[in-house]
Amino acid sequence: MLQGYGASLLTGAGLSIAVAFVSLAIAALLGVAGALAKLSRSRVLRGAAQAYTTVIRGVPDLVMMFLIFYGGQLLLNRLADRLHWDDATIDPFLAGTLTIGFIFGAYMTEIFRGAFLAVPSGQREAALAYGMTPLQALRRIVGPQMLRHALAPLSNTWLVMVKSTAIVSLIGLSDLMARAKNAGSSTQQPFLFYAAAGAMYLVFTSVSELLFAWLRRRYAVGVRQVRL
Amino acid sequence: MDVDAIRASLPAFASGALTTIELTLAALAFGMAAALPLAVLRGWPSRWVAGPVWAFTYVIRGTPLLVQLYLVYYGLGQFEAVRDSFAWPWLRSAWFCTIAAFTINTCAYTVEILHGAMRAVPGGEIEAARAMGMTRWVMLRRVVLPAALRRMLPAYGNEVIFMLQATSLASTVTLLDLTGAAGEMNSRFYLPFEAFLTAAAIYLAITTTLVGLFHAAERRWLMPWQARTS
Repeated sequence: MLQGYGASLLTGAGLSIAVAFVSLAIAALLGVAGALAKLSRSRVLRGAAQAYTTVIRGVPDLVMMFLIFYGGQLLLNRLADRLHWDDATIDPFLAGTLTIGFIFGAYMTEIFRGAFLAVPSGQREAALAYGMTPLQALRRIVGPQMLRHALAPLSNTWLVMVKSTAIVSLIGLSDLMARAKNAGSSTQQPFLFYAAAGAMYLVFTSVSELLFAWLRRRYAVGVRQVRL
Repeated sequence: MDVDAIRASLPAFASGALTTIELTLAALAFGMAAALPLAVLRGWPSRWVAGPVWAFTYVIRGTPLLVQLYLVYYGLGQFEAVRDSFAWPWLRSAWFCTIAAFTINTCAYTVEILHGAMRAVPGGEIEAARAMGMTRWVMLRRVVLPAALRRMLPAYGNEVIFMLQATSLASTVTLLDLTGAAGEMNSRFYLPFEAFLTAAAIYLAITTTLVGLFHAAERRWLMPWQARTS
């Protein structure tokens, strides 16, 4: 199928999915850290987290990625000069996932903060009164309830993130976009291959959406649905 | 920081910023013009009318903008019929293709935002409009759209900011927008921090202005109306 480029596109799709998942892990870590900082008593931490979420919202992902990729390379070159290494090159996979993780960490910060605030504080207080440690209270009582509130915005953010992985092709990763471009230019049929790449993204986003719908139903068990 | 290099590149950044703003405004204007009728059709009682509009927004919202842009700019030239058609001079130009792809993209998101806002109009208002003997068109114009356009302001503000950021992709199809200007400066002087941080600062300034404008719009049109109706 696809003039023998089907397997190549699928390999690229695998890389795109890997980029998405690694970015998700980075974003989730940053999101938890950011939310903790925003909810903390320290004014410095709150200010830093606020600056992080504000700046990220205002700068395009592409600019951020070029900054990390080219800027990181420059810093690495200087470091290599000083330490008398041979060539050191920055890994595009690392630069791409760091960028996307860094950007979506800002959105995750807001999601986790909102979800934490959405759980009534009495829940946590009751758990602590039962003698649970703060970590136990988070894991057993507050966490599952947070997840219910966070699922809808999380699914949204995940879908945006999957789509924004397409830009990593611009710093030399052989993801789905890069392979579609290659196949398109060697067969003179760019439309066919970009459409195929689009279809693969669509399958992936659709499957993600179904999974999230199932999770949302699961975590809403026991919550009364009121319809207007 | 090499301030001299930044100063030397300022004219390029200025014209890049202008390109970015032009692309954003053009896509938003055309996208909104197309989204208004499509959002009405999206909520049409007949499935044969609403279905295709839903399919359009689903496909566009489920695929990356970069794919859509490449499909229009690089993809369409694959077909001889397109190359022989009267539209080819336009379809060959990066400007036209970029605005077309961005318009299609923002149109799909705007249709969904507008559709959601129209569905949120209370049933009583629609029944009252019907009871007054308004036709569907008059009701849309006088009751549903004015309420929906106000209610969509916060979500549409997000879409506008998203579109502004998304225009940075125009630099991948040879347009010299703000990101393109930064890329040019980086390849000329090899100063990645100066180039991309300057671009980032300008994007941030435009975003902040837009956020302020939308807050003002919400204060002007949304909040008094909410206070009155609730």
